[in-house]
Amino acid sequence: MSAVTKVRDMKRKPGAAEWLIPLVGLAVLLAGAQLLDLWGSWWWAVLGAAFVLVVLLAEVAARRLPFRLQGPYERVLAWLFPVLVLAAWEWLSTSGVLNPRWFPPPSRIAGALWDLTVNYDRFSGTSLLGRPWLIPASLASNGWAGVAALFSESHVWATLSRVIVGFAIGAVPALLVGIVMGLNRTVRTMLDATMSAIYVLPKIAIFPILMLVFPDPFGEGPKVTVVAISAFFLVALSTMAGVQGIDKVLVQAGSNFGANRWQMLRHVILPGALPIVFNGLRLALGTALVVIVAVEFVRAKTGVGYLVYYHWQVLSTPKMYAALLVVMVLGVGLTALLQLVERLVMPWKR
Amino acid sequence: MVMKIVARSAGKSYPSKAGTVTALEGFDLTVGEGEFVCLVGPSGCGKSTFLRILAGLDDLTSGEAYIVPGADPRKPLNNVVFQEYAVFPWKTVLDNVAFGLQMRGIGKAERYEVAERWLSKVGLKRFMHYYPSQISGGMKQRVSIARALANDPEVLLMDEPLGALDAQTRAVLQEELLRIWEETKKTVLYVTHSIEEAVLLGDRVVLMTAHPGTKKSEFEVDLPRPRDLATTSTARFGELTGAIWDDLRDEVRRAMEAQA
Repeated sequence: MSAVTKVRDMKRKPGAAEWLIPLVGLAVLLAGAQLLDLWGSWWWAVLGAAFVLVVLLAEVAARRLPFRLQGPYERVLAWLFPVLVLAAWEWLSTSGVLNPRWFPPPSRIAGALWDLTVNYDRFSGTSLLGRPWLIPASLASNGWAGVAALFSESHVWATLSRVIVGFAIGAVPALLVGIVMGLNRTVRTMLDATMSAIYVLPKIAIFPILMLVFPDPFGEGPKVTVVAISAFFLVALSTMAGVQGIDKVLVQAGSNFGANRWQMLRHVILPGALPIVFNGLRLALGTALVVIVAVEFVRAKTGVGYLVYYHWQVLSTPKMYAALLVVMVLGVGLTALLQLVERLVMPWKR
Repeated sequence: MVMKIVARSAGKSYPSKAGTVTALEGFDLTVGEGEFVCLVGPSGCGKSTFLRILAGLDDLTSGEAYIVPGADPRKPLNNVVFQEYAVFPWKTVLDNVAFGLQMRGIGKAERYEVAERWLSKVGLKRFMHYYPSQISGGMKQRVSIARALANDPEVLLMDEPLGALDAQTRAVLQEELLRIWEETKKTVLYVTHSIEEAVLLGDRVVLMTAHPGTKKSEFEVDLPRPRDLATTSTARFGELTGAIWDDLRDEVRRAMEAQA
């Protein structure tokens, strides 16, 4: 009993000094770096040391919190840290430690994002979101054609539709092929090696061929197709793995309880394969986003990838970062959407 | 007595890299209606193989083994309770128990009614909307047993159903099996490697030998029913398990040496 209290006492004892040491350390570090002009070539060491001191501070705070506040505190920490990074970036960039041409302060990036969002680019005839606030007015004046025109000027919609359409065209047949490969040994033996070989080929590399194949090489055809192909192999191979990975005893239970072929597929094979299928879908979605941004770098007049590349070409870095931010938001949003579907389709996984 | 399970010189061999392996050879067995028969033997004696053959999960290579259909042709011949439970993780407890009925095209209301009845018999009604991942191993095996019984097969085939459970849970489930069997008087073929379990549960214990798997001897269990765990402390229980163990001891040694 007394030993236990002792241990707790020892943990709690150093009162104010606990705070003082990292705080003073941080102040000394930052002042010293400024005075000795360490930011130039020693910035990485200063940042590393500052990070360690911030971690120490955060741990001191964590130790002093009652148990029930530990959970909320960790969530605050998870959000506070990126804010801290942005603040540091802002400060380093405005004070000239970082070259603001390559690393514009976050406030300017936010401003650029606002510009991109509200403004219509007359030169290219595009806008970031397609000016959704004009939808009611243009629906009244031009009907659905007006709304379609607004959508077609949107960079986000251009990328989103390429990803979603390509993903659907690739993933749906991939599910069928994957199931057949998982169930039928002959089909699997015939296709597995070939598909695994094509799977490792970066799909972006076949984009030139796709441009030749389609009547309009600069149209949507090749772009959607390259997304579809990159999704197809990932989803097909993971579906195959999912079907093969089903516990044999569950299949035996299915057949022992009288499931016919269709019932077996519906009640045993499909739900059993789903977790691994969704792994594949998640990977395929990430790949699809990579591929479409890369394609939009080289061959597009719309899309967030085009936006990044265009603003790089004209050296408007705040807008380039703003476009990168949009890519991130798209990635996070699409992943969240997939997770939602996953939770709806697989309620047993909580 | 009406025969429910018949096997005549049943044999199973399969090719492997080391030549032909004989899992089962010249195996004879008859099980009457309402009889609880336990198959006991060292690992590799083919007891599970025989059960799987009866379940239609494996094929015979010689002889014959079959389940005699009953008067009602819609009634399934057999259902298996697997050692690994084999409950579907993506179905709720209720849907798992109703699975066999669903496969036979029985409507939702009726199959849920039957399933709920069996769930309350195994004490799981409270958990019927849970998924298997949310319940313990012992509860999963209860679900598996209820699933087989709800389908009302001619013969219940149990393949070391309690083998994966801890000793206490196993004891509880043994008593539950005894109670349920008293109520239903199902024909049961029960594979186990525990002599005590076989004597406690069975009307008859069939001892098997390995390499090749075949029948060594048979023991009538004349312990009075209804039985419970107290039965295991009676003198007759000790005599029976002792006698079976005397017969089996050399077999187990031989099987261990063959595996080494």
